[in-house]
Amino acid sequence: MSALENQSGTEARGGDLVRRHRLSTRIWHWVNAVTLLVLLMSGLMIFNAHPRLYWGEYGANFDYAWFEIGQRGGEGYLRIGSLSVPTGGVLGSWIDPGGVERYRAFPWWATLPSRYSLVDGRVWHLAFAWVLAVGLAVYLIWSLVNGHLRRDIHIPRREWRRADIWRDIKNHARLRFPAGSAALRYSFLQKISYALVLFVLIPLMILTGLGMSPATDAWAPLVTQLFGGRQSARSVHFLCAWALVGFVLVHIAMVMLAGPWNEMRSIITGKYRLPHDRADRV
Amino acid sequence: MSQLILSRRALIRTGVLGGSLLLSGCDKLYQQPAFRSALESGQDLHRVTQRALADGALAREFRVSDISPVFRANGSREGAGEDYKRHLAQGFDSWALRVDGLVARPLDLPLNALRAMPQRSQITRHDCVEGWSAIGQWQGPRLSDLLQLAGVSPAAKYIVFHCADIYGGAPYYESIDMVDAYHPQTILAWEMNGRPLDEAHGAPLRLRVERQLGYKHAKFVMRIEARETLEGVYGGNGGYWEDRSGYAWYAGI
Repeated sequence: MSALENQSGTEARGGDLVRRHRLSTRIWHWVNAVTLLVLLMSGLMIFNAHPRLYWGEYGANFDYAWFEIGQRGGEGYLRIGSLSVPTGGVLGSWIDPGGVERYRAFPWWATLPSRYSLVDGRVWHLAFAWVLAVGLAVYLIWSLVNGHLRRDIHIPRREWRRADIWRDIKNHARLRFPAGSAALRYSFLQKISYALVLFVLIPLMILTGLGMSPATDAWAPLVTQLFGGRQSARSVHFLCAWALVGFVLVHIAMVMLAGPWNEMRSIITGKYRLPHDRADRV
Repeated sequence: MSQLILSRRALIRTGVLGGSLLLSGCDKLYQQPAFRSALESGQDLHRVTQRALADGALAREFRVSDISPVFRANGSREGAGEDYKRHLAQGFDSWALRVDGLVARPLDLPLNALRAMPQRSQITRHDCVEGWSAIGQWQGPRLSDLLQLAGVSPAAKYIVFHCADIYGGAPYYESIDMVDAYHPQTILAWEMNGRPLDEAHGAPLRLRVERQLGYKHAKFVMRIEARETLEGVYGGNGGYWEDRSGYAWYAGI
């Protein structure tokens, strides 16, 4: 979101075509969309090599796993703590495109590559990890320089009022989206969720990823220790990945509800047509 | 409403179709050697940065109370061949480790000689490429002392570990470069958790190269060879898993 003006330089109104997303935001958005998908699917392949999660430094087959996807007598299940859910057909046991029953955690359509290969999953994952980390660093520095963070993501004190936050939550729940020039600014919930992704979730993914590396653990043991050990870092890595999936799903749902064509145009070309006020429309 | 459901169905169908196209597209793309090698350069970049940042850093060492109750034995659980079985039955009394290749003095070191050398004991975390970890205590002579004893040539760039186990029909082996060979935590462990190494964990000797993943920690080490290049050693990629499946030679991440 950049300019608050329309092309003629006057205050923007509903119906105007305005500049919305900067080029840097648009490029990062699409690079990240591809990167996160590749990292998720190759990450699920790596998880399939040992589909159990632990807390602490160590954890292997003889130790207690707080999370597990497995199969018993050919029936897939997912277990969290003492709660076990049958998941046959999708998780733990499933049929591959060749009609063969497989006993792996995540199914072929969710992993990269689709056929089991820890090597190939790692090659994809470790290459795109660079794209994610370097992309985030460049984007954050650039957004600091061009004011995107200060202007669009930073939440000034006046926006932290409880009544306003509550109104924003209610507006979202009723699917009432801002119109006119108000649609050019991120609402409180948008800012909070973008900040969460930029400053918490993606950095956590990078840190927990590094925390699993035995070499990093030698030169930066604090990274692994911060999470309480290598296996804890692996668990947090897994949980944050699903938090990012949750963000993407809500993000896509919001785009669909707010007008997919207009939103897609703005994240591809940067141009956005301001929605009319509700009063204008009726 | 019915229109909405229809469009939702169409949406799901498009999504599934698009998704499987994307998947098979990715798999096809990956089969292109140029694309795969571009992706693999990501791993090279990890090696370069990890080496630059880690330098001589020591792997974290733990307390006795941190040791895993059961240390999972993975890969080969037994050595192969009549010779190995005989030595195992005799407690490796007449066995000797061969040190050769680019060295001034090729050596045959019996287990007693290895035990009589200055020892290093360390409690470290073993990280498998699959994702699990186990903590154990290891003791043995430093590889650097062994290399010094044999008078390793400055031309040597790699140390190759030839093993007595056969996995999936092929002999196991591994290799490291001189950075890891001279690292103070790189030892040839004959003792694990206070007892002589058992067969499942690679008796009589197991390499510990603490800043790398488990498959680099060769078990059943019979012979150590100093070499200038990895070319001509088995498949030429520097290790069993490297040859067989394309795992990265540098396994620090």
